[in-house]
Amino acid sequence: MTISRRTFLIVGAVTAASVALPPFISVQASIANAARPIKASVTIWVNDEPRDLDLDTRTTLLDALRENLQLTGTKKGCDHGQCGACTVIANGRRINSCLTLAVMHEGSKITTIEGLGTPQQLHPMQAAFIKHDGYQCGYCTPGQICSAVAVLGEIRDGIPSHASPSLTEPPKLIASEIQERMSGNLCRCGAYSNIIEAINEAAEASA
Amino acid sequence: MKFDTPATTNPIDQMKVVGKATTRIEGPLKTTGTAHYAYEHHDAVPNQAYGVVVGSAIAKGRIASMDLEAAQAAPGVLAIVTAANAGTLGKGKYNTAKLLAGPDIEHYHQAVALVVAETFEQARAAAELVNVSYARAEGVFDLAATRDSGKEAKDQMPDTVHGDFEGAFAAAPVQLDATYTTPDQAHAMMEPFASMAAWDGDKLTLWTSNQMIDWSVSDLATTLGVPKQNVRLISPYIGGGFGGKLFIRADAVLAALGARMAARPVKVALARPMMFNNSTHRPATIQRIRIGTTADGKITAMAHEGWSGDLPGGKVESATQPSQLLYAGEHRRVTMRLSTLDLPEGNAMRAPGEAPGMMALEIAMDEMAEKLKLDPIEFRILNDTQVDPVKPQRPFSQRRLIECLRTGAERFGWSKRQPQTGTQREGRWLIGQGMAVAFRNNLLVKSGARVRLNDQGIVTVETDMTDIGTGSYTIIAQTAAEMMGVNLDKVVVRLGDSSFPVSAGSGGQFGGNCSTAGVYAACLKLREAVARRLAIKLDDATFAEGEVRSADKRVPLQAAAKSGELVAEDSIEFAELSKTFQQSTFGAHFVEVAVDSATGEIRVRRMLAVCAAGRILNPTSARSQVIGAMTMGVGAALMEELAVDKRLGFFVNHDFAGYEVPVHADIPHQEVIFLDETDPISSPMKAKGVGELGICGVSAAIANAVYNATGIRVREYPITLDKMLDKLPPMI
Repeated sequence: MTISRRTFLIVGAVTAASVALPPFISVQASIANAARPIKASVTIWVNDEPRDLDLDTRTTLLDALRENLQLTGTKKGCDHGQCGACTVIANGRRINSCLTLAVMHEGSKITTIEGLGTPQQLHPMQAAFIKHDGYQCGYCTPGQICSAVAVLGEIRDGIPSHASPSLTEPPKLIASEIQERMSGNLCRCGAYSNIIEAINEAAEASA
Repeated sequence: MKFDTPATTNPIDQMKVVGKATTRIEGPLKTTGTAHYAYEHHDAVPNQAYGVVVGSAIAKGRIASMDLEAAQAAPGVLAIVTAANAGTLGKGKYNTAKLLAGPDIEHYHQAVALVVAETFEQARAAAELVNVSYARAEGVFDLAATRDSGKEAKDQMPDTVHGDFEGAFAAAPVQLDATYTTPDQAHAMMEPFASMAAWDGDKLTLWTSNQMIDWSVSDLATTLGVPKQNVRLISPYIGGGFGGKLFIRADAVLAALGARMAARPVKVALARPMMFNNSTHRPATIQRIRIGTTADGKITAMAHEGWSGDLPGGKVESATQPSQLLYAGEHRRVTMRLSTLDLPEGNAMRAPGEAPGMMALEIAMDEMAEKLKLDPIEFRILNDTQVDPVKPQRPFSQRRLIECLRTGAERFGWSKRQPQTGTQREGRWLIGQGMAVAFRNNLLVKSGARVRLNDQGIVTVETDMTDIGTGSYTIIAQTAAEMMGVNLDKVVVRLGDSSFPVSAGSGGQFGGNCSTAGVYAACLKLREAVARRLAIKLDDATFAEGEVRSADKRVPLQAAAKSGELVAEDSIEFAELSKTFQQSTFGAHFVEVAVDSATGEIRVRRMLAVCAAGRILNPTSARSQVIGAMTMGVGAALMEELAVDKRLGFFVNHDFAGYEVPVHADIPHQEVIFLDETDPISSPMKAKGVGELGICGVSAAIANAVYNATGIRVREYPITLDKMLDKLPPMI
């Protein structure tokens, strides 16, 4: 079945009710409710291919990618929007895929790290990360790369950041802009200095 | 092979491949998301189920009762593991606290159950339904309050007492007596602890994320009570460790138990908010440093006394250890005291001992230089020693600290620094420069490898060595390529599998040097086998450009494998040299900061490290190791602190929102210089470690720069705004 936005909202309301239990509903009742995991069908365009999924509605976009579609390039670092390892590009904008449910993405166009390039045919950003050693353990790397690709797009599109001196002038492609915009992507190995060099090179190549 | 005499000329000295800046051979996999980490082996076994860990809600006490009824009845649930149904469990040699608690609880978020279900969503929901009643007991959570009860850890770090410290200190015309504190810190590696377990009869395979494969096979077997040969660990990629993954953790044991109970493969990852209290951390320290010098700055008396805490049976954080060796001075006293705390387990984190020790010692040296009106670099040079200060017959194998300091000063522009604090301003910013010494001992651990040559001329290296981001894959490939005279693309490296020969593993910055030395040893054996097959006298043979050459012959290397693959295996074992010589790595950190004169906000503007650490096998990944360690040092200096709830006994800020680590905007361009050095006492590779050197001292360099900028001396890390605000110089 396909689920409309309206029926999804109704389903969501039922789920919410079972979470915030009024005192008169017993645990047994909540178990009975939970005994029927609510599923929904959704079609997401992942790396330019339509993927039909029948999902537990609690499934995040991140888990749908990693577990259901077995696209494990997108990483789970914290599962609640604090580390950026799960960054993917949704309809042209980067998002933390752990902070959004898969069923909210009917028709969305998702680009994951696997969709940017392959070991045989690297995206310029991937190649620049390798050249500048912009990674160590590699776990935050797909998120950094997806974020970096989107950051260059944001600057190109004139979207200002906290580091932009002016909200009306187009932002410049300078280190402070990139560092600010990339600060949602943590790297505990501490490859930041090299990552900035990699992004700079990819930016120059695409300019 | 036994390494018991200094290395002479060997094939590594050719430096055709080794020593060349080389991009990581696994780079195309890591950057395209096709390197598979512990939780990502979908193809390894069918029918994988999901486990979610339940952690203790109290720090100390016991489980009064557990009600699993609701959880068991929840949809999709296959099994619930608790201590009550897991059977008798042992405890690994390297674990202090148990990995599955019950009925006794040793620390907050210690695992009390694993819920296994068909899907992650079901397991997570059912885990919420596990109902545990606890009987809470009183615990001890405040290090400062336990200071007087601390005991010497005689087998781990016995006191160093030499000469008459008290007398010499009392007589010294210039004295410093200051106390410093470092907080509990978290590894906070990006990949959570994760394992997938699958049983085949009584044989267990565990895909996991682990730095020390052989230790962990042993500890997992001990914990589960199964023979070691029945356990196989596979850990090809590790999403950061920093010491946190030296040991098996709850994910490994519970995945194995869950898989046995559910009769299915089970995978378990620790939720991020459980990582900080469930696993290990770098323990907090209190350090008192007393230095006495002559009027012209020669150290005569040095005492470095420290205190740390851990669970019963745990270890001391040997923070004062650098003071045994770093500076000259006849009368000395270096001690650590360990007290009992009921906080989560303290254990190794990147440069255990040295990292927090150098955070304190190198501020003390800055303070002392100021008292003496000496330049901080000159004060350190004045007190350099080329021998172990308490065993003068024991020299350092290499010690080029002075060269590091001079090179760094030159490159950084140290001479332009104003020694007077608070005198450099740029608008609202106060500018300051600071420096500190980097110092970390070089450890040597036995390491083995197997090397194969096939008829295509492909050299395959197999060792249980791990790559935790350190660059092991690449330096091992470089070593094999150099030894066998082939290009890098003819080498395949397979790591992190307990079916391969036991290596040094990744820890204590010994992995790079020792694991490649093991590969060197195995390649020597393979060269012998090749020469035998080709009927070339080994002494006459050179291995170059894919050929074996002698005076009268040139044969393609793969010809030796025409009649069948050649396999050679050996290990490197280190003998007496480490006792005759003190082996250490050295460096100098230089930092410039800007401090907001109104808010006290600190921005790091420039960072430079100069390192002398033996032969640098791959300048690309070695540089990354150093800048990464410098970055972690920025965190330690300015933001990282596990906040202890001293009533309930847990780390309050247990996720990335509360436990802040440096982000892109915190880190400037970083510069690293390696001195051209070889150390033939260390290994046939003539290399040493760099992975931990970079974090040693860097936080103190930042603290000293902040002092230079503002005149504010903060001795309690991290240096946060609240410690600065009421002391900032007047606004202009």
